[in-house]
Amino acid sequence: MARAAARSTGRLAWPVTAIAVVALAVLVLPLVALVVRAPWADLPELLASSAVLDALVLSFTTAIVATAICLVLGIPLAALIAHAEAWPTVPRRLLRAAVTVPLVLPPVVGGIALLMLLGRRGLIGHWLDETFGITIPFTTGAVVIAQVFVALPFLVFAVEGALRSSDRRTELAAATLGASRWQVFRHVTLPLVAPGVAAGGVLCFTRALGEFGATITFAGSLPGTTRTLPIASYLAMQTDPDEAVALALLLLAVSVLVLLTLRDRWLPGATA
Amino acid sequence: MTRTPRTTLRAATGLAAAALVALALAGCATSGGDEDPNASTPPTESTVNLEAAEVTVLAAASLTEAFDDLATQFEAANPSVEITVSYGGSGALATQIIEGAPADVFASAAEAPMQQVVDAGLATDPVVFATNTLELVVPAGNPAGVTGLDDLANPDLRIALCDESVPCGAASAKLLANEGITPAPDTLESDVKAVLTKVSLGEVDAALVYRTDVQAAGDDVEGIKVPAAADVVNRYPIAAITDPSSDASDAQIAAAAAFVAFVTGDAGRETLDAYGFGTP
Repeated sequence: MARAAARSTGRLAWPVTAIAVVALAVLVLPLVALVVRAPWADLPELLASSAVLDALVLSFTTAIVATAICLVLGIPLAALIAHAEAWPTVPRRLLRAAVTVPLVLPPVVGGIALLMLLGRRGLIGHWLDETFGITIPFTTGAVVIAQVFVALPFLVFAVEGALRSSDRRTELAAATLGASRWQVFRHVTLPLVAPGVAAGGVLCFTRALGEFGATITFAGSLPGTTRTLPIASYLAMQTDPDEAVALALLLLAVSVLVLLTLRDRWLPGATA
Repeated sequence: MTRTPRTTLRAATGLAAAALVALALAGCATSGGDEDPNASTPPTESTVNLEAAEVTVLAAASLTEAFDDLATQFEAANPSVEITVSYGGSGALATQIIEGAPADVFASAAEAPMQQVVDAGLATDPVVFATNTLELVVPAGNPAGVTGLDDLANPDLRIALCDESVPCGAASAKLLANEGITPAPDTLESDVKAVLTKVSLGEVDAALVYRTDVQAAGDDVEGIKVPAAADVVNRYPIAAITDPSSDASDAQIAAAAAFVAFVTGDAGRETLDAYGFGTP
């Protein structure tokens, strides 16, 4: 719609364009500085160290597992939220707020909350420790849990948006033709929102990959076990800024690459 | 955050304020001569009152309680000056200063990060104003029955240490190497307060932190003295940041120098003593 309006007037009003350029600069300039200041000559050496490789492997593995968990948990939650359109105002808003809060919360707060729930003295963690001798903090599993906590809303809202804008008549038709609710969900709804799921999955993965605050608070920082790329980059800043910049560059490259390769193909906005 | 030592310090605060006024009255040229020959002399101090200025202090995480207190005392004695202290790992703070973060004073938990700042031409003649040693710390009640440094090598216990990139981690590594102990940490944290938090919450069974942190944490934790720790002493230097390219006003520079003199002087010594820091 915005595009059509812009076309009808020929071009945007100049203040809009000017401010948009400033906004773009705010977003892009720091990253340009990162690229310019990167120690390019030493980069291969810096990135080939075993500490970096450990962090890279750990980051990728945990982000992939977290994304898979988000897909399994997030699609049904998105369906529930879309379904809640018909609910009374208060529970509907509460449900939406519950999913939004982790999105706007500082991740460190998320990490503290996770400790309160799953730490050794936490609400559930206490019981897990005493009954099964399981403690979650400082494990790779804790890294995944922290990532799921911060990344899940991204997936949920992407899928929910797709569900809302999808044409519900196909589902009605399928139901009229005798399909069960599960069959409708599995064979009609899911394929309809596949682009939304893909986009949400990508956002979810990049968010999980970049997760720092909740991870360092809840999972700690041990090389090979819980020290992901963002944490390694933060720690490197203490002693070797060059290494920190190199790690930051690596994270940036991965994020840009993932977004570029998947966006054009699957994001609804790009293909419509 | 509770600051238990605070109440006991009320009396000391009055003394300290009096001492500060005396120091200011005497003029810093004499105080520099009498008390601390290494203290950098504030350049333009001949009047009692400092001009209005905002001073940003970057200080090691382990100084949190002591510097909160010192800043309050200093502000009480110099109402025109506003001190903002930002705490973090010393290495990260040094990097921030070198990268141009606005800072008027730097207090580091070890000499290496300060040296980086000096080498970058941003500080001269740092003064060592306190020392600290490590102590074993366990959650209140010592649930895992930790008795000594040897327990840090037990893989069945949850252990937190500082990462070696920060002063408390470097000191921990040195202490453990001296004792021939290979630790089995579950997490290597980026500053000493993060380690302490893990202990306070009961998430780890044992950790190495500074003895001042054990004191500051109050009843949530218990300290276990480690005799061998006396051989590994962290020395805390402080210096005013002198960035030639900065736009700091003369009033700001004078106030920063006065704060450094205050910390390295008698009042500072008394407060640091109360928080468990050693004399250099």
